[in-house]
Amino acid sequence: MSPKTLLEIYYFMRLTRAMEDRTRTLFLQGRVVGGVYTAQGHEATTVGAATMLRDGDCIVPQHRDLGMHLVRGSSPRAVMCQWLARGNSPTLGRDGQMHIGDMHHGIVPMISMLGESLPVACGVALTMKMRKRSTIVMASCGDGATNTGAFHEALNFASVQKLPIVFVIENNGYAYSTPNSKQFAIQNLSDRALAYGIPGETVDGNDVLAVIEAVGRAVEHVRGGKGPAVVECKTFRVRGHSEADKANYVPRELREEWLAKDPIKRFEAYLTTENILSEADRANIEARVKDVVNDAVTFAEQSPAPDPATVADYAFAPDGPIAIVGEPGAEDPRYVNALDTRTGKPFTTMAATTIKLPEEVGRR
Amino acid sequence: MSAVTYLEAISQAIREEMRRDEAVFLLGEDVGTYGGAFKVSAGFLEEFGPDRVIDTPMAEAAIIGSAVGAALMGMRPIAEMQFIDFITCGFDQIINMANKMYWRVGMPVPIVIRGPSGGGTRGGPFHSSSPEAWFFHAPGIKVVVPSTTYDAKGLLKAAVRDNNPVLYLEHKLLYRLPELREELPEEDYVVPLGKAITRREGEDMTILTYGAMVHQSMKAARVLEEENDLEVEVIDLRSLTPLDREAILESVKRTNKVLIVHEDTLTGGIGAELAAILAEDLFEYLDGPITRVAAPDVAFPYAPPLEEAFLPNADKILDAARKLAAY
Ligand SMILES: Cc1ncc(C[n+]2csc(CCOP(=O)(O)OP(=O)(O)O)c2C)c(N)n1
Repeated sequence: MSPKTLLEIYYFMRLTRAMEDRTRTLFLQGRVVGGVYTAQGHEATTVGAATMLRDGDCIVPQHRDLGMHLVRGSSPRAVMCQWLARGNSPTLGRDGQMHIGDMHHGIVPMISMLGESLPVACGVALTMKMRKRSTIVMASCGDGATNTGAFHEALNFASVQKLPIVFVIENNGYAYSTPNSKQFAIQNLSDRALAYGIPGETVDGNDVLAVIEAVGRAVEHVRGGKGPAVVECKTFRVRGHSEADKANYVPRELREEWLAKDPIKRFEAYLTTENILSEADRANIEARVKDVVNDAVTFAEQSPAPDPATVADYAFAPDGPIAIVGEPGAEDPRYVNALDTRTGKPFTTMAATTIKLPEEVGRR
Repeated sequence: MSAVTYLEAISQAIREEMRRDEAVFLLGEDVGTYGGAFKVSAGFLEEFGPDRVIDTPMAEAAIIGSAVGAALMGMRPIAEMQFIDFITCGFDQIINMANKMYWRVGMPVPIVIRGPSGGGTRGGPFHSSSPEAWFFHAPGIKVVVPSTTYDAKGLLKAAVRDNNPVLYLEHKLLYRLPELREELPEEDYVVPLGKAITRREGEDMTILTYGAMVHQSMKAARVLEEENDLEVEVIDLRSLTPLDREAILESVKRTNKVLIVHEDTLTGGIGAELAAILAEDLFEYLDGPITRVAAPDVAFPYAPPLEEAFLPNADKILDAARKLAAY
């Protein structure tokens, strides 16, 4: 990987952390509607995994996957509008959290029922296979979600149909308060793949380079038409399940052990030792992160609340032709799925403003 | 051209839609090589190939969930439940995934979930259900129940072309019923969702019904004419969601008496909502109590005498109608 790409990865990890830190502040100030779920410690996994995708690929992310979203181009403004339940959020205030997506840019919107997105990922991949594409799907889930029927139905169906899906399991030690030991009686969740005849690998999920390597191998396998692959990234949820959860059930030493393995610090140390990240780069990146987060929050705060008069609207999608996503002309407004027909405007999940790494970063 | 069965009409609808639009495909258990448990898709695999006629593992969440994923990609999947009873195993993919998608994120989910429903075939508690009320209650899904061969084809075509989740409930008792054989138009046609049809006109009473109970109601109406000199109007709702309120209100305004008939159990059934609509909107027009004929509030029984006791039929409709007429 080029130094520029490595710096970009570092930037997205920092941006993810900063977005979540800011969301927590907003929550503590009572400005967020509802609960807040963050993923401190997951950044190497989410950013690293998503980095291995390209145009036309699709992610099926879950609640701790802000990092995947940002790498794939979701808008920080849209994310903040979701938390603040604004009328111009991607869900028009009808849903919150990371429940956003845009099929034309390969992001399937999640629902709260964890694990249930995995069969949906199969349908996306099935379509890619039917349409003879070389694109792939990356579907993630937590350790908790691997205990659902939907997880097993999806892995099995994907295997039988040789669907192009990389399943990324983010094993962060706990499902809410329930530790791994009360959830399953195996050592590695990648072993679940064996039962379905799928290759599975377990990797240190706090080491972004290791994640990139393992996910890279899985992506290669999947893109080669050999069917799905599983990568378990072992990480840790160093904060509570939600910001309302003090997580007293997590032994202090365990948390400290993982805090010491913080993925951003580790990557930063590597980049510094290798002379990839200069002081100027770091300052530049920090400034960009700050700008992007501030812009997102300001935008969301200035955005209108939803109009109560619309509460019963949009019960059903209108009639009309539907385009097959990813095919030429699919974004022609005559298609019912091209624009958000609720508003008559483009979908707002994707970033309209640039959140990319500043040009000058990495220039020598 | 020969007369076809209700089942053949369903088969024709799927085949013609698959020929018309390459986005349409079929997935479900045993739908390919075997042609479906009831042979709805016999010959499909040969015509369309394994990419568009997909034999799935026995896994309803995978079937419906995959249909949702494909629909998000712009496809128009038809997901078959081998028996509609098994839809419960994929419930969440409908209620939380498919139904809320457009309202939540503005992305249409054009899927049809279909399968054999209803009793009278000695199927017992797990192969006889009428699940419409669960989905009637849930926002975001249309519910369609054809009672005739013509409608079976036309409603299914409309369902496939609709941009929303549609639950299409076939009644397995009607599949090969000789009386339902019908010559269908050569040309393409649809029966629009949300439009009821008057099966029989009358001024003395309205029967609101759908599915297999349309035929029991028609039978009862004929007897009431012959024996009691009563002109009973029979309205076949055809679509439960969207409901044709206009047709319902127009008829009851004229007849002033209404009997609601459904095969599903009584409490919280479609009849409860119809009764509420009538009580709210036509209070002054009613000359008798809104009356319901439905199955008792227990699970579907297996033994023939129990099944007969459980299911509404023409005799039970007659009893209720006579009481209502005399009111
Ligand atoms: C199917 C389902 N049941 C219960 C919940 C409530 N819940 C929210 S998060 C959570 C734990 C999820 O654990 P895991 O999948 O490991 O993901 P993590 O939150 O640890 O990232 C639970 C039980 C849910 N969201 N979905």
